[in-house]
Amino acid sequence: MRLGLVLNEVGQGLRRNLSMVISVVLVTFISLTFVGAAILLQVQINQMKSYWFDRAQVAVYMCTEFSTVGGCDQQAATADQVALVEAQLESATLTPFIDAYYFETQDQAFANFQEQFEGDAVADLVTPELLPEAFWVNLFDPTQSDILADSLGGLAGVESIVDQRSYLDQIFNILNVSSLTAIGIAALMLVAAALLIATTIRLSAFSRRREIGIMRLVGASNRFIQTPFIIEGVVAALVGSLLAALAVVAIVQVFVQGYLAETLPLTSFVGLSDALLVVPVLLGAGALLAALSANVAITRYLRV
Amino acid sequence: MIRFEEVTKVYRGTARPALNSVSLEILSGEFVFLVGASGSGKSTFLRLVLKEDTPSTGLVHVLGHDLGAISSRKVPFFRRNLGVVFQDFRLLPNKTVFDNVAFTLQVIGKSKGFIHDAVPDALQTVGLEGKAQRFPHELSGGEQQRVAIARAVVNKPAIMLADEPTGNLDPETSAGIMALLERINANGTTVIMATHDAGIVDRLQRRVIEVIGGRIVRDERGGGYRTQVIPVVSQGLGVDAAGQQ
Repeated sequence: MRLGLVLNEVGQGLRRNLSMVISVVLVTFISLTFVGAAILLQVQINQMKSYWFDRAQVAVYMCTEFSTVGGCDQQAATADQVALVEAQLESATLTPFIDAYYFETQDQAFANFQEQFEGDAVADLVTPELLPEAFWVNLFDPTQSDILADSLGGLAGVESIVDQRSYLDQIFNILNVSSLTAIGIAALMLVAAALLIATTIRLSAFSRRREIGIMRLVGASNRFIQTPFIIEGVVAALVGSLLAALAVVAIVQVFVQGYLAETLPLTSFVGLSDALLVVPVLLGAGALLAALSANVAITRYLRV
Repeated sequence: MIRFEEVTKVYRGTARPALNSVSLEILSGEFVFLVGASGSGKSTFLRLVLKEDTPSTGLVHVLGHDLGAISSRKVPFFRRNLGVVFQDFRLLPNKTVFDNVAFTLQVIGKSKGFIHDAVPDALQTVGLEGKAQRFPHELSGGEQQRVAIARAVVNKPAIMLADEPTGNLDPETSAGIMALLERINANGTTVIMATHDAGIVDRLQRRVIEVIGGRIVRDERGGGYRTQVIPVVSQGLGVDAAGQQ
């Protein structure tokens, strides 16, 4: 009986303020889509990090005839110098940290280069002499590349020691910034959504001020008066959250899995299971936001 | 039943108190007229009884509750013991007579069965049995006020507050409303009625409390609208004096 009455009030309120309700739905839809996208981007970043950082190698580049930096003086590293670096890599101090390493000659480097930049104009300009010989080292713990830099950096014939993670860091920084941007936009939109819900509820309460006046007069409890308005806000926001959840799932399914995963088959992308994990988060956030702001709005309306 | 002890109410932003150290007691079953010019403090008195407002100083006791100490969560439950009627009826235009009266009971969580018994009872009390399915705009002013009274009494309140219930009605219709209020009072409900209608007050000869400028200037059992003791002229001076305070 009372539940039916409350739901009836909710239905009336939603119909009476249809345009405001639609704007609440749209704003929560957009803001929570941004929230969902930001969460999935973070998941993607973490997934890629753990994948790539485990595969990141440290390159120990040897001198070429043209190099002037490091321990080089425009002289290619000699076989002795190469052997010395290799001996260091095999030494008792370094072996505990090194998982595996291999030596890449200039010809191999050239072959790799040609393959990587196939069809690019730069491939025609490069000769094997320009590319350095290098030791490619896999560490047990990829964060400990400093050890190699310390022990090999000063050796004659070593041009430079490069941790590939430093390249990855830049990429991840860019991805992080874009996910932070999404979160920032989402936060602004959520503030707008909260204010809009509050305004909608006040409007709804105003259009029912006669009923509210009589309810207060005859002693309806505050909770009884407030509940329909809170449910009204929650219903509107839940519709928006549901749309946002659908949008997020669709983005993952169509764009990420359907397009990105096809184009870049070697990278692992967020899948449907990740998107489905985000759905309850979005629904919960939408409902909570609406309940809080509607509650504040109606409580303040009734107090005045 | 209702006791005011040195109650003063000053509204924010005004210097002159709406009620100025008012003390009085109204007993169970009494019929009390509250008379005085507009703005003299009658409505403030009723608002304080309903706990729509709190006094600036002083104590208000209603039905054994100290209204200053009652928690805001319990105020709705306290109000279920009071029925209120206004000059402008305050009916819901989109509900039938039956639903207007039933609304009161629905929102305080009464069962469907109870509502189906109590609402026709209340409509019979006010003499509107045949008009349960009419809408307020289809009724005369007197009938609308009867609906409002039915709504006020349907929950069998101990106290009924009426704020100028005959203010919008012609004398004949007013007489009918007054007869109804007297019948409700005879059934044991305390009735407090704020009014400007001298004819009604003079005819009924009930307790009259006269308020001028927020002070009680007269509390007379079996009195008229104007007191018999003080001439009308000097009372007019009294109003001026109160206004200049």
